[in-house]
Amino acid sequence: MSLLEIKNLHVRVADREILKGIDLTIDSGQVHSIMGPNGSGKSTLAQVLARRESYEVTGGEILFNGKDLLAMKPEEAACEGVFLAFQYPVEIPGISNAYFLRSALNAMRKYRGLEEMDAMDFLPKLREKLKLLHMDDKLLNRSVNEAFSGGEKKRNEILQMAVLEPKLAILDETDSGLDIDALRIVAEGVNAMRSPERAVLVVTHYQRLLNYIVPDRVHVLVDGRIVRSGGPELALHLEDKGYVDIEGAAGRA
Amino acid sequence: MTLETGTQKVATATQALQTYEEAFGGLEKSAGAVSPWLRELRRNGFDRFVERGFPTLRDEDWRFTNIAPIAQTPFRLARNGQHGPSRRDLEAYRLPGAAYELVFVDGRFSAELSSPGHLPPGAIVASLAAQIAADPASVEPHLGRYLDTGRDAFSALSTAFLEDGAYVHVARSTILEAPIHLLFVSTAHDEPIVTHPRNLIVADENSQVTVIEEYISLNLGAEKSSPALCNAATELVAGDHSVVSHFMIEREDVQAFNISTLRIQQGRAADVSSHSVLAGGGIVRNNVHPVLAGEGGECLINGLFVGGGRQHLDNYMLVEHASPRCASRQFYNGILAERAHGVFHGRIIVHKDAQKTDAKQTNRNLLLSDTAQIDTKPQLEIYADDVKCTHGATIGQIEETALFYLRSRGIDEASARRLLLMAFASECLDRMKEGAARTHVEHLINESLRPLAGFSQPAATQKLHDSDSR
Repeated sequence: MSLLEIKNLHVRVADREILKGIDLTIDSGQVHSIMGPNGSGKSTLAQVLARRESYEVTGGEILFNGKDLLAMKPEEAACEGVFLAFQYPVEIPGISNAYFLRSALNAMRKYRGLEEMDAMDFLPKLREKLKLLHMDDKLLNRSVNEAFSGGEKKRNEILQMAVLEPKLAILDETDSGLDIDALRIVAEGVNAMRSPERAVLVVTHYQRLLNYIVPDRVHVLVDGRIVRSGGPELALHLEDKGYVDIEGAAGRA
Repeated sequence: MTLETGTQKVATATQALQTYEEAFGGLEKSAGAVSPWLRELRRNGFDRFVERGFPTLRDEDWRFTNIAPIAQTPFRLARNGQHGPSRRDLEAYRLPGAAYELVFVDGRFSAELSSPGHLPPGAIVASLAAQIAADPASVEPHLGRYLDTGRDAFSALSTAFLEDGAYVHVARSTILEAPIHLLFVSTAHDEPIVTHPRNLIVADENSQVTVIEEYISLNLGAEKSSPALCNAATELVAGDHSVVSHFMIEREDVQAFNISTLRIQQGRAADVSSHSVLAGGGIVRNNVHPVLAGEGGECLINGLFVGGGRQHLDNYMLVEHASPRCASRQFYNGILAERAHGVFHGRIIVHKDAQKTDAKQTNRNLLLSDTAQIDTKPQLEIYADDVKCTHGATIGQIEETALFYLRSRGIDEASARRLLLMAFASECLDRMKEGAARTHVEHLINESLRPLAGFSQPAATQKLHDSDSR
């Protein structure tokens, strides 16, 4: 059984069809990348997988670990093991990063019938992950993402992923706005989490991140459809030629 | 409630006035041995009340709060409650870490229910009635001297019916680290009753003290209860260089009317914090009136009001800068759900001589439903020319993106909402010094936000009754 099976997925946002029949299968242990021009539906797909309710699914199905993902609330999908690293991480004044992370972890532990972790047990675990991402301890006591730099926000997303240990990690344009040093750190963080039990879906506009997180499969999304799939070489091809000839091909098809 | 015609309304209002007159006559007769100054103070208060009558919506200071349900109800002065609480009934309401706890039942001090503690020499905590009887000279210079009975009917009534409440005196350079807890319990009655708790807090030069006023309802298994009016007034005198924290916590049931007035008189370089937390009550009016009368005084006016159902929570701030180089900071946060109505009226008066005044005012509100309502009104009157005054107000909702972000990390919707509400409320908590009082308030706020976040539990005020009836 594959970890994720998307079959003929159609999605509308405010009366406009954004995804027009997506088929995609990802197995545990794999890294897939979805590439595509702006407005092709990449982020919509990422948000639907995380079960954002303002996106209306008009057709198709998604099986996650054999379960109907579309029947799940966002928190259920998360507890089942879906994680979305946001393109624009949300600032939440008044909730400290450490408290937020522990609340999230404990929500998941509770869902799985495990005992909640207290701050004493949690902090050492958290510190270890912080080190991995070259993050300052001080960020733990600050409000979630508030007054974080762009790079700090993206690293904070990966920190959450490292703590929550999902089965499927979706990175939505995590590379956008990152300088090369931050990009390497983020990629290291993701690579450290690669395992046979975990899959990663990297959504990106550019190929650069894929130099550091090398995918098994690359899919090109244009106008709500996957128009081409291939190995890592496809990403290099896109970097070289851009999306134009593929878009043209899609138009002719 | 049935519709009333205009003439019936006038009739009930007149009837209500008559009840006050009878009660005042009764009080004057019964309190035979009262000192002449106190008798006169009360008489003046009552005359003012008769002169002014109750305010209406046409009164600028009351335009957002209709107190007709109070004005038209013939309240009787509370005597002894039919269901007196036992010490056990109050266990859940004690404040862990308090230095001293005074309990008042329907406005009257109860020695049996109170928990006196160890106080340093120089500190006196007593019932006001006892203090007046034992040492009237300690009370006379302050009592009734700061509260303006001409301001409104409620201040006038407070002074007219002044009998009991708390008396706190902290002598020069005396420091009380643990808070003093004043617990005002309203019990169930089968007729509408009114109480007028009156408190006097005097912090002498260079002293420190924290006083918590907390108002609760206890129904103790009574089948039904009539509305109760609690008309509380506190005069707080903060001497030169004193540091005083005051908490007003309103958590009565939704049938209750609560009018409270905190009148603060600040000396030179005195540092006063007023924290108000309104989580209960049907119609609530919270007046905070500091006068910065000495040079270099600082005043923090901090508040949180949390309402659901049809609660009406009105906060009226009047900050008077009467001396140079004083700073006042007002921060009020409101969270309103269902058909709740909140009011924030922030008035700042900078008198002619109060140069270098620094006055700041912020009111932030979260509306959780389309039917919740907030009226927010800054009012600045500046008669000095070298001052800094700022004000701002915001009204918003829980952001969907923030909610989704939390849920995408596995936190269920109700918990996510509660976290976001708690985060909003924590702005208010963060302004309280760490300690027993803040811990107490934090717990209370947490409880009162649960039902608003969508937890399938009764509102906090109703929950109090559930635990009471056990």
